[in-house]
Amino acid sequence: MTLRPIGEDDLHALVDERLDTARRSEVEAYLAANPEARARVDRLRTLGRDLRTAFAPVATEPVPGRLNLAHIVEARRRPRLQASARQAAAAAMLLAVGGLGGWGLHGALAPAGVDALAQEASASFAVYAPDRTRPVELAANDSAELARWFSARLDRKVGVPDLSSAGFRLMGGRLIATPHGPAGLLMYDDHRGTRFVVLMRPMAEPGDAPMREHRFGSAIGYAWAQAGLGYSLVGAAEPAVLHPLANTIRRITTTNT
Amino acid sequence: MSDMMRLVGPLIPALRRYARALLRNPVDADDLVQDCLERAVSRWHQRRPDGDARTWLYAILHNLAISQLRQRTRRGPHLAVEDAPEASLAIAPSQDDGLRHRDLMAALDTLPGEQRGVLLLVTVEGLSYAETAQVLAIPVGTVMSRLSRARDRMIQLMDGESGSTPAKRPLLRRVK
Repeated sequence: MTLRPIGEDDLHALVDERLDTARRSEVEAYLAANPEARARVDRLRTLGRDLRTAFAPVATEPVPGRLNLAHIVEARRRPRLQASARQAAAAAMLLAVGGLGGWGLHGALAPAGVDALAQEASASFAVYAPDRTRPVELAANDSAELARWFSARLDRKVGVPDLSSAGFRLMGGRLIATPHGPAGLLMYDDHRGTRFVVLMRPMAEPGDAPMREHRFGSAIGYAWAQAGLGYSLVGAAEPAVLHPLANTIRRITTTNT
Repeated sequence: MSDMMRLVGPLIPALRRYARALLRNPVDADDLVQDCLERAVSRWHQRRPDGDARTWLYAILHNLAISQLRQRTRRGPHLAVEDAPEASLAIAPSQDDGLRHRDLMAALDTLPGEQRGVLLLVTVEGLSYAETAQVLAIPVGTVMSRLSRARDRMIQLMDGESGSTPAKRPLLRRVK
């Protein structure tokens, strides 16, 4: 048998387990007779093991939300929403500035009742709807958990409306801070990536308040209260889309609670 | 689209590992993976349908990393407080392993980007030589010579000059 000379590449290939069986036994026979080469192979192996050990934990970390492929695909589909959400953000800024004077003229010093709801929901829509990385804090796959969380923090039983029959999917939700305490914020989208939010929190006054339409820039919303719980739906879509959704939510939540 | 989810999704943890090992800074590394995934999503239809998604993704990631490493060299090292060596270690080393781990990372950082890429793809990511050649768009022979140089340099740096220096190496590289 004529042996091909053993080369440097063979040692690397042995370490990397890239040799076929025949060549591998030739190289191993060579190593048995050459302690220096043997030591070098051992050292190469240790180096590889150290590198693998050093970086192995990265691959077992939970993948951050912004690297979620579904989110990335989703974000690419909606350049249109981003433009309108930017307008909504500008509107929210005006609101914040106007809070000192403009809104004060509206009623008391600060908006109250369903007007306050409308303002809170519009500001949240402007902040969270264009968010590509983490639009929601708790994803929709556990809507029961979402309902439990909101119920605990709002200190009353609330439900998470299912709007799939209207073509909207629940993305998830988060808790937000308002001047009137914690509020639950749900986000929904349709197959085109159009998003809207629904805010809910207890009202200072018990009882019902009729539904009112409100607009801030391109964001349109509907706010109402029902048995002391306030709701506001805000989106960048047409009233023809949003108004029926608001009615649906009011109907669902009435029968649920 | 679902094809993409199925093929790309499971590779994300490994892509993060490769990016982290190349750049060392966790935030930069995840930025890089995000860029890579955005490109992959937008160019999915352009890729050869019979091609291997894994090497295709590593290639996108690697090219992005190299241009970032070049920018870094141009700007000089950027070291904020949170980027101090401890923060960029992939694991919090135990007292015993700390020194060795630090040596390993220091040695890795001295490798030129092209050698580091080869060493990590082969050793940590477990790519074959042919796959590595494909990712880096270089011949397999170049993969072998870079791999050999990268390993020599790492060992020299970690073990000192008394270690396995090229002069003491029992074998000569085959000339191709």
